[in-house]
Amino acid sequence: MDRLRLDLAHPLRSFGLELALDVGGEAVALAGPSGAGKTSVLRAVAGLLRPERGRVVLGAEVWLDTDRGVDLAPEDRSVGLVFQDHALFPHLTVAENVGFSGRARVEELLQRFRIAHLAGARPTELSGGERQRVALARSLARDPKVLLLDEPTASLDAHTRAAVRLELRDLLHEIDIPTLLVTHDFEDAAALAARVGVLVDGRLVQIGSPTDLVRAPADPFVASFTGGNLLAGRARRGDGGLTEVALDAGGLLFSTDAIDGRVGAVVHPWEVSVAREMPADSALNHVTAPIAALVPTGNRVRVRVGPLTAEVTAASVERLGLRPGEIVIATFKATATRLVPLA
Amino acid sequence: MRRPFEVTLWVACGATLLFLVLPLAAIFLRIPPVELFRQLGDEAAVDAIVVSLKTSAIAHVVILVVGTPAAYLLATRRFRGRSTVLTLIELPLVLPPAVAGLALLATFGQRGLLGDTLDALGVQVSFTQVAVVLAVIFVASPFYLRQAIAAFEAVDPHLTDASRTLGVGPFGTFRRVALPLARGGLGAGSTLAFARGLGEFGATIMFAGSLQGLTQTLPLMIYAQLDQDFDVALAVGALLVVMSFVILLVAKLSRPWTGSVSILLTRSDRSASS
Repeated sequence: MDRLRLDLAHPLRSFGLELALDVGGEAVALAGPSGAGKTSVLRAVAGLLRPERGRVVLGAEVWLDTDRGVDLAPEDRSVGLVFQDHALFPHLTVAENVGFSGRARVEELLQRFRIAHLAGARPTELSGGERQRVALARSLARDPKVLLLDEPTASLDAHTRAAVRLELRDLLHEIDIPTLLVTHDFEDAAALAARVGVLVDGRLVQIGSPTDLVRAPADPFVASFTGGNLLAGRARRGDGGLTEVALDAGGLLFSTDAIDGRVGAVVHPWEVSVAREMPADSALNHVTAPIAALVPTGNRVRVRVGPLTAEVTAASVERLGLRPGEIVIATFKATATRLVPLA
Repeated sequence: MRRPFEVTLWVACGATLLFLVLPLAAIFLRIPPVELFRQLGDEAAVDAIVVSLKTSAIAHVVILVVGTPAAYLLATRRFRGRSTVLTLIELPLVLPPAVAGLALLATFGQRGLLGDTLDALGVQVSFTQVAVVLAVIFVASPFYLRQAIAAFEAVDPHLTDASRTLGVGPFGTFRRVALPLARGGLGAGSTLAFARGLGEFGATIMFAGSLQGLTQTLPLMIYAQLDQDFDVALAVGALLVVMSFVILLVAKLSRPWTGSVSILLTRSDRSASS
């Protein structure tokens, strides 16, 4: 296995993309808002976009070195690129798509991706999940040394997404090559990648394990991206290691993070509990507000209470008889409240 | 109010159809079909058929072989002056044929731009079969180019990108992805260009003349026979009507997704068919 090293600089519409990465036999997710330059990174590695300045090196092979005038054509770089829209050839069958690169492993790949029964079908006859499997099989037919996945689950419906995510995770565990995947979905990033790099306006604001990102978000975008609540306010360190945050929207919060000034308080939905009466427990933070919405996600329900989102089990919603409009108390602990500096 | 309006629509439609179809029918109605067919055996008619088919075929091969890669480049690259190039390519479509003939004479004629050069090489272009081929290419190629550019533009760039990342070079990608996906549009453009070339009259008569057996194509032959043998002219006319009908049919069948007579409106139906 060869390591993929890249160092890119390329002007995009309203900012410059600048990124350096070193990827071994692991999957690294590039996450960030749309238009942050994530797809440009994949295109530059594949050779479909020539960056203004940069280097892309795989092991000892130099794919791109703008200083030395090296720029290998896409067909000369050993990459597998799975496009967001899959880009299956509509005039070819599934088997012809998978065999497009001319390698003779078509049968084996069709079996492995459970699409052998679709060998003679046209891409338009396939479901989203099937198209995804065909695109993956096709990209691996070349035995690439680098795998690039652009928004692998974005074009799928919620139900298929969960299944495809599991399949992808198993696949990425199996193949031992540098993999870059672009996503705007933290659950994808967390499920598929060992490391997640967050790209905002062309720059890597943080890179780390998914849990690192959740535990210590470096930036408000990272906090909201990982799914946490983000409440803006002004922090003032108080006695006993407790920081007091006066929220912009009114009210007080407590956190064990020692920081002063403008902050965003980050709380994860699963750290927030919902009750009808003020609980007599150790939690310091309480928000009393009407329920704005109840959104089921799987066996859990996201309950929107004022500025907060709480995630509770469907059984709890049932037991408490929660309905939109009812006033409830959302509670979370000061130790579960992260404070990140705001610009 | 509704009835008179309805009646007006039907009357207008009937009048249109009558006006367009009656002259074509007249060609076939003046003399019986068997006699019409026999007139095609006329020596001048046979010569004209040979000249027309030969020059059209050569011109068409040139249009396809040169026009297809040119159209692919114009469809897939963005460069300064691209829209100017596209406009220049379409100019012969609206140019009066007499001007086209004049332009060709001014370029390849004895006193033309390249006249001295061609003279020095001992090449005579005007009033030869080469002139017929050049005239046909000049007036017919824009029909193909326009359709071909539109057809290649409609090929999703992600598909050609995917082909490249699968290890297939630019030419392989053109041959295995772009060409098959643009096939419908290329076929329609090719048929239209062939039809336009077969009917070429104005530029040819000015640039190539109307010499029987050499430069006299079918349309020129009709014109020449008007004063001599009207029945032969009718027979050749009937032949061209049948050929045109077949060409139109082929064009429509090669693009089954176009619902109406819109093969000329590539620009607007591109988005609908992509």
